[in-house]
Amino acid sequence: MNRNDQFKESAKQLYKLVKAICIVFGIIALFLIYLLVDPNFSAFRTTNDSEEYTAVAEEQSDDYDKIENGIHVRTGFVKGNGLMLVVNNCTNCHSAKLVTQNRMSKEGWESTIKWMQETQNLWDLGVNEETIVNYLATYYAPEAKGRRQNLNAVEWYELEQ
Amino acid sequence: MERRKFVKKATLSSFAAILGADIVFGNTLPVDYALLAFQDPDPFQLFNKDKEMVVLNNKPWNMEAQAHLLDDKVTPNKFMFIRNNGIIPENIAAEKWKISFDGESVKTKKTYALDELKAKFKQYTYQLTLECGGNGRSEFNPPAKGNQWTIGAVSSAEWTGVRLRDVLADVGVKEDAVYIGYHAADTHLSNDPNKEAISRGVPIAKAMQEETLLAFQMNGKDIPLAHGYPLRLVAGGWPASASGKWIERISVRNKVHDGAKMTGTAYRVPCKPVAPGTIVKDANMCIIESMPVKSLVTFPKTGALLKKGKTLGIRGHAWAGELEVVKVDYSIDFGSSWKACSLEAAANRLAWQHFGASIQFPKEGYYEIWVRATDSQGISQPMILPGWNPKGYLNNACHRIAVKVRS
Repeated sequence: MNRNDQFKESAKQLYKLVKAICIVFGIIALFLIYLLVDPNFSAFRTTNDSEEYTAVAEEQSDDYDKIENGIHVRTGFVKGNGLMLVVNNCTNCHSAKLVTQNRMSKEGWESTIKWMQETQNLWDLGVNEETIVNYLATYYAPEAKGRRQNLNAVEWYELEQ
Repeated sequence: MERRKFVKKATLSSFAAILGADIVFGNTLPVDYALLAFQDPDPFQLFNKDKEMVVLNNKPWNMEAQAHLLDDKVTPNKFMFIRNNGIIPENIAAEKWKISFDGESVKTKKTYALDELKAKFKQYTYQLTLECGGNGRSEFNPPAKGNQWTIGAVSSAEWTGVRLRDVLADVGVKEDAVYIGYHAADTHLSNDPNKEAISRGVPIAKAMQEETLLAFQMNGKDIPLAHGYPLRLVAGGWPASASGKWIERISVRNKVHDGAKMTGTAYRVPCKPVAPGTIVKDANMCIIESMPVKSLVTFPKTGALLKKGKTLGIRGHAWAGELEVVKVDYSIDFGSSWKACSLEAAANRLAWQHFGASIQFPKEGYYEIWVRATDSQGISQPMILPGWNPKGYLNNACHRIAVKVRS
């Protein structure tokens, strides 16, 4: 084997090696990119876990943290200390609307959290619980309504008779 | 629902396509944001609901009507409230749908295909009033936890199906049967496959009523998805949660069914009346059965401006759970005096009844029209909130609309 052939052979081997490395890295890159798009491999499952997928879409939104007129646009929560803790812990299973339409005292919110932990798979809120409860009890506190309220927010219109 | 998968696959394949060109493009993923954003579904379009329906919650879906939307004698889908506890099942194949019967009190376990159910048993159609146990919750003081329904969580549609009693007779039920409990295809909000979103039921006597159906049609068509397609248990006059949607299995129990939302405080009220705000132990809470007497003025819509001297025709519906409504009265002076409304008989037992009246106003000014129904046991609706209960169920206080009479 002359030197020229030897060089050719080495070049060929090097080329193969580079190619193999490229392929391996390519596969890894493809896999990582796929992971970006579909972190739960749901395209390979028959069950449709659209909920997780929706969350991905939301996280990519420019409006994720946007607050307008004291309201967190994406969820409708009132701006206040603990807002993002509430968003992150209280809107995974149910929508924010289930929270914002309710009014409870501190004890009421605490017992609701306890009930969700005992029966609805809510996780331990740890040190965040106090901030979350304070936020809820501050901005979503009950107002006395009496035994029957006035008919409010009536939209008046001419009735054709 | 298939659309989401399509969007995902499209995203992936478009990604793969640009991949060959340049990996850096991986960072441009948010470009797809517009596509993904379109997953936020329009519930009115998704469920064929009228735009005036009010969304209380979008996960799970809860939507209610307003009084004037419920003017039809038979409620069409577009005005029917949605109360879901879990996630609506996806990719339902009705032709493969099966319902099985099990539990301590069946003689043998049995399974029927939906088509078999339709072919084997005689079909019946009834107009059945379904009201959410928590309808009116928003008025309670101190406030009660849950979806804050005002007045619109009630409907009275025509349901077609087979009698549960006929099917239970074919299955064979032991003498010790006490309750039936349903199991359905909706999934728990936490996505935990071991948890049921809701699994309620009724005592065997209610299950054996002629009007208790395993229904596959609503108003002459397949049941809409949000209302239980392809098979729903319908037990009229009881909290609508007893009428399970997307039913796959019925357990005949030798004790009170203990499925999700049968126990604790769910769909229960204090066995003995309590003062507002009282904390009640689970052991002292009793399951709600028949719903109380109630009525709704569906015409005119509240806020009508009227001309002096003209007569106003009002109309609406009244219902009383298992009972019949025998009388409906109206007042325009805050309950100081009452006059009788005309009242029609129900289309069948457990359907709401229609009332009407022609009202003349003595002078110009602001009036409230109050309507009060009375059931066949002589029980009437209260004018103020009825007994407070921790979960805010059974508010049957009279419905009121505001009108102004002008020159």
